[in-house]
Amino acid sequence: MAAVLAMVARGCGGVWRRLRQRCAVRPGSGPFPRGERAVACNARGGMMSAGKSGLTPWIPVVGLEIHAQISSNSKLFSGSQVQFAAPPNSLVSFFDASLPGTLPVLNRRCVEAAVMTGLALNCHINKKSLFDRKHYFYADLPAGYQITQQRVPIAVNGSLSYSLCIDNKMSQMVTKTVRIKQIQLEQDSGKSLHDDARSQTLVDLNRAGVGLMELVMEPDMCCGEEAAAAVRELQLILQTLGSSQAVMAEGQLRVDANVSVHHPGEPYGVRTEVKNINSIRFLAKAVDYEIQRQIEELGNGGTISNETRAFDSKLGCTVPMRDKEGKQDYRFMPEPNLPPLILYDAKSLPANMNHQQVINIDWIRERLPDLPSVKREKLVEQYGILPEHSFTLLVWQQDQNCNSRHSNEDGLPEFFENVVKQTQMKPKKVIGWILNDLLSYLKQHSLTVKESPVSSFLLADLLNLLEKKEISSTAAKQVLAELWKGKGKTPLETVKEQKLELLQDQKELEQICQAVIDGQENEVMAIKAGNQKVLNKLIGLVQKKTQGRSNPVLVKQLLEKKLSE
Amino acid sequence: MRVLSLGRWLRAGRVPPREPASRPSGHRHSGHRPQGPPQELPQGPSQKVSVEVLEHLEHLALVDFRDSEGVERLQKAIQFADQLHEVNTDGVEPMDSVLEDRCLYLREDDVTEGNCTKELLENARETVEEYFVAPPGNIPLVKLEGQKTFLQGSK
Repeated sequence: MAAVLAMVARGCGGVWRRLRQRCAVRPGSGPFPRGERAVACNARGGMMSAGKSGLTPWIPVVGLEIHAQISSNSKLFSGSQVQFAAPPNSLVSFFDASLPGTLPVLNRRCVEAAVMTGLALNCHINKKSLFDRKHYFYADLPAGYQITQQRVPIAVNGSLSYSLCIDNKMSQMVTKTVRIKQIQLEQDSGKSLHDDARSQTLVDLNRAGVGLMELVMEPDMCCGEEAAAAVRELQLILQTLGSSQAVMAEGQLRVDANVSVHHPGEPYGVRTEVKNINSIRFLAKAVDYEIQRQIEELGNGGTISNETRAFDSKLGCTVPMRDKEGKQDYRFMPEPNLPPLILYDAKSLPANMNHQQVINIDWIRERLPDLPSVKREKLVEQYGILPEHSFTLLVWQQDQNCNSRHSNEDGLPEFFENVVKQTQMKPKKVIGWILNDLLSYLKQHSLTVKESPVSSFLLADLLNLLEKKEISSTAAKQVLAELWKGKGKTPLETVKEQKLELLQDQKELEQICQAVIDGQENEVMAIKAGNQKVLNKLIGLVQKKTQGRSNPVLVKQLLEKKLSE
Repeated sequence: MRVLSLGRWLRAGRVPPREPASRPSGHRHSGHRPQGPPQELPQGPSQKVSVEVLEHLEHLALVDFRDSEGVERLQKAIQFADQLHEVNTDGVEPMDSVLEDRCLYLREDDVTEGNCTKELLENARETVEEYFVAPPGNIPLVKLEGQKTFLQGSK
């Protein structure tokens, strides 16, 4: 199977190479030299499957449909509250329950959220957009239709740029773009709890009527990794804007993937829709599994049917969903109770209208916060850190947001900046301590930055000691481990307690060096004969004698000086 | 408008065009203009509504046409609606609704409703611990063995 995955996809070569390498570890598939190009794999594949017809590469095509729950106090068309986890049917108004005589009233905040998102994704905002009804029967849709924007959505023709690391080390990042076809406002449905044992469905309408932004992406992606990276970046953007908290685990961000494969030069293949994807990791798995499944199926002479499949996270595969009766006919019709939604900009602002009734696109655009890509660039520019480090700083903050309901305002980037302000150490060196040491502690103990027992002040204090060469870097790590216990000691106190200060007395150091030289005749001869590496052993011995309190650079200098005498 | 297009398709004895399953289509429903000069009220034998179309409608709207009278009524309703073709709408933008030149009122994002669980559940015949109870999933239309629907019987 691995051999069949010869890829000529748009810019996807790197990822598929990696997948093949992983596959190559399995017994029976033979050795794959790393970093092979697709052409070579083709040749190899040709050798392996001698019986099959000539191997033309497959191009996978992935398009995403994303539903993001709008972060607002009340619902899209009614005044009931938006809240996760509340007693069943307690956040439901008469309109949400679709009782006769109720009418939709549009929530201003939801429109603003959609406009912000559209602007952040470089969309054209439609100054006039329309609402429609999409009809289908389901227990959690009491009205029998969903109010959406099928004909003229609020935003169209945008783009989302995201970064992808080419290899596992994150040392090489590429930027890719996926086009956004449209963004539309629509209602969420209620929640159904299927009770198969008693052959019934329990319906909770708390979620019914909550505002959603549906983002339709063009099928510009070609693998699970790209899809995952795009969704991560989108999540970050939505969280930065505040238009959605985009926590997948709480259903605030739902992703459906449309997957198909075709040969280069041929028309797109039949696509399947994959649903029930509950995390970004599963998104990548589901997409990759579906691509492989389709390739295998077609390779064996089968066909792909245009069906909906569900991702089973336990088995790591997609399965056909319960058979829906043929294709749905949604009988779209204009929503008769809602006039067109008119948005304004600075030029078209009407003179005599009530402020509260007017949404000004330019006013919103001016107040957009810095998007993640801009934040990253600023960090790189201001502090001279590497782009990948900047990426990790923000991604960690995002991971935190995903795990907790409350947006983490004092995140890692802010921590980093605070440390930089309070220390003389260069930002390029500080970032190492943040990303390697602090971050690993946080991850180990599952803590947020706010919960860190080591404050930015403490860390800056410690780094200052290091910078002033009062302690060695090994000693600094030891002190950090002690500080992490949160006993309230300062770095200086810890250093004194554990006697970690670097020996400042040059004479004492010289004496120790001399003692080591005197005691290691063989090594001294080797060094004088030209073997410089043995010097490290001597340095090590000095360190031992000083119990790690000697500055290795200084020791090296002293030893070299003595040995050349 | 959708009704117009339905009428024309039905007369032609074909199934009305279906919307794509999950992707919203890009085009507007504005292209259905009558061809040629205004037609007379269609008298005389109009083509019968096809069985496939009727089954499709029964399926969608969950109605049962039950007997020939029901189908006849549908036929007459379509004929009645076809009168709209008399009007020349060349170059006229379709209307969305009678409200289309009104202002869409924007509500402030305040919580003003909800917390009426008891009242809402009073409407339900059956409830379980403050949940509404519904039959499981989407049950496909049952094709009972002995009892065919009117349409199937008339095949």
